[in-house]
Amino acid sequence: MERTPARRARWTAARLTGIRDETPTARTLRFSVPGWPGHLAGQHVDVRLTAEDGYSAQRSYSLAGPADGDTVELTVERVPDGEVSPYLTEIMEVGDEVELRGPVGGWFVWRPESAAPVLLVAGGSGVVPLMAMLRERRHAGSRVPFRLLYSLRGPDSRYYADELRRPDPGVDVTYLYTRGTPDPWPRPAGRVRLDDLAEGGWPSSFEPDCYVCGPTGFVETVADLLLTLGHAPERIRTERFGPTGG
Amino acid sequence: MAIVSRGFRGRPRAGGDRLPPGQYLVEDFPVLSAGPTPRVPTDRWEFAIDTEEGETHRWSWQEFMALPQERPAVDIHCVTRWSKLDTHWEGVSLDVLFEDVESAAEYALVHSYGGYTTNLPVEDLLDGKAWIVHRFDGEELAPVHGGPARLLVPHLYFWKSAKWVRGIRLLNEDWPGFWETAGYHEYGDPWREQRYEGD
Amino acid sequence: MTADHLDGNALAGPLAELFAVDVTAATGRCASCGLAGPIAALHVYGPEPGLVGRCPGCEEVVLRLVRGPGSAWLDLRGALSLRVTLPE
Repeated sequence: MERTPARRARWTAARLTGIRDETPTARTLRFSVPGWPGHLAGQHVDVRLTAEDGYSAQRSYSLAGPADGDTVELTVERVPDGEVSPYLTEIMEVGDEVELRGPVGGWFVWRPESAAPVLLVAGGSGVVPLMAMLRERRHAGSRVPFRLLYSLRGPDSRYYADELRRPDPGVDVTYLYTRGTPDPWPRPAGRVRLDDLAEGGWPSSFEPDCYVCGPTGFVETVADLLLTLGHAPERIRTERFGPTGG
Repeated sequence: MAIVSRGFRGRPRAGGDRLPPGQYLVEDFPVLSAGPTPRVPTDRWEFAIDTEEGETHRWSWQEFMALPQERPAVDIHCVTRWSKLDTHWEGVSLDVLFEDVESAAEYALVHSYGGYTTNLPVEDLLDGKAWIVHRFDGEELAPVHGGPARLLVPHLYFWKSAKWVRGIRLLNEDWPGFWETAGYHEYGDPWREQRYEGD
Repeated sequence: MTADHLDGNALAGPLAELFAVDVTAATGRCASCGLAGPIAALHVYGPEPGLVGRCPGCEEVVLRLVRGPGSAWLDLRGALSLRVTLPE
């Protein structure tokens, strides 16, 4: 079993080596972090920025892909009036440095040796750690069936659109648009409902592991709906990102 | 040594002699919370001062609103480094509430709906330095900012200005409150930058 | 009540400065109502002025963590116990 060695977390320098735009307001940043200890799918890092005069600010971001040597990827959504995300999404250039602390978080993780079917439910940029799980599944050659329900405003706000469009045996992806849909589209725009989870998820008798990530209200709603459908509380793992982002 | 991120400036940190050391100016009103926001209907609201002798003085919302009202305009300073200038409030001076309170206690423990507490010397509540306020910027004080009523002690860091205030316990010995038992300074003077225990 | 909280996953980084094991995957028991569950499932308020982890069952404080320059303060009074899974 892959296990991150026990050690206390320290801040380490990370140099930006690549940028990929995901949407008009989000981009994926690839960093080189010498000595990176590896991580599990679903873990996050803390990012610290320091200004010339010593002022600093920090935020947490999910790792977007499985461990790959000294390389880690984050996908960052620009928060209007934010302090850290505008720097990461608009100002930072290849070669610039930030500090990272991590990987952290041992609860909201998926391990490839797990045999249970998996339901991923993403709200907006909550798709990032779930994408790391999908990528880890592919990377590890796991045959465990995955279903991803991805709730988002409209087709323009899809992260990883090309990658999720490519057929991946054993993986089903369903988009749940809340504001605007492509035309035609079978499901009218709207927030996630019981039917969405009943049709796009797994029956609770399959005992799937459910991972839910998104804004606090979304996570509460989905967790309640999953309980209503008979999923066991201990099989529902949640991660909320709240008003302190930015 | 921290690594500087090229081009990162962070929030504007303008100076000016009304800003205590280490603070920056905000125009909005940030909300910091240590728990869920209590919703206290005014028909069930009460405010009480308990003395060290066990005497209790109570005010219902109606009794509290019938007291003489003041309109302080003050600068506020949060320990998380934001400051907001010229904030307008309406409420009752603690001098009015303490008028009939017989006490020789030196310390006050303020407590709130929702369980929050904070401590300060009694003298910092008196002589026109503190109010129980129920209006901000001409409007009823919103629950996220401490409504229906909060303490306002603008000369100390803003965590001392307890939201959802419910009462004040007068004590002969200092009794640290919620943040004061978790590393924050027992007094919290922004001009002396008393943020953490030992500052 | 408002839904303006994070969850215990947000404690992972700050606690990783203090402990070599991941505390968020540990099972904590609330001293107030006795509910046991992962620290990752706490309702977390903050990060400023400090992180406050509350029981998802009764909303009482289970854990508080304040990080100042050169010091961290950790209060676990609201946790009766922490069960940490360790490798054999």
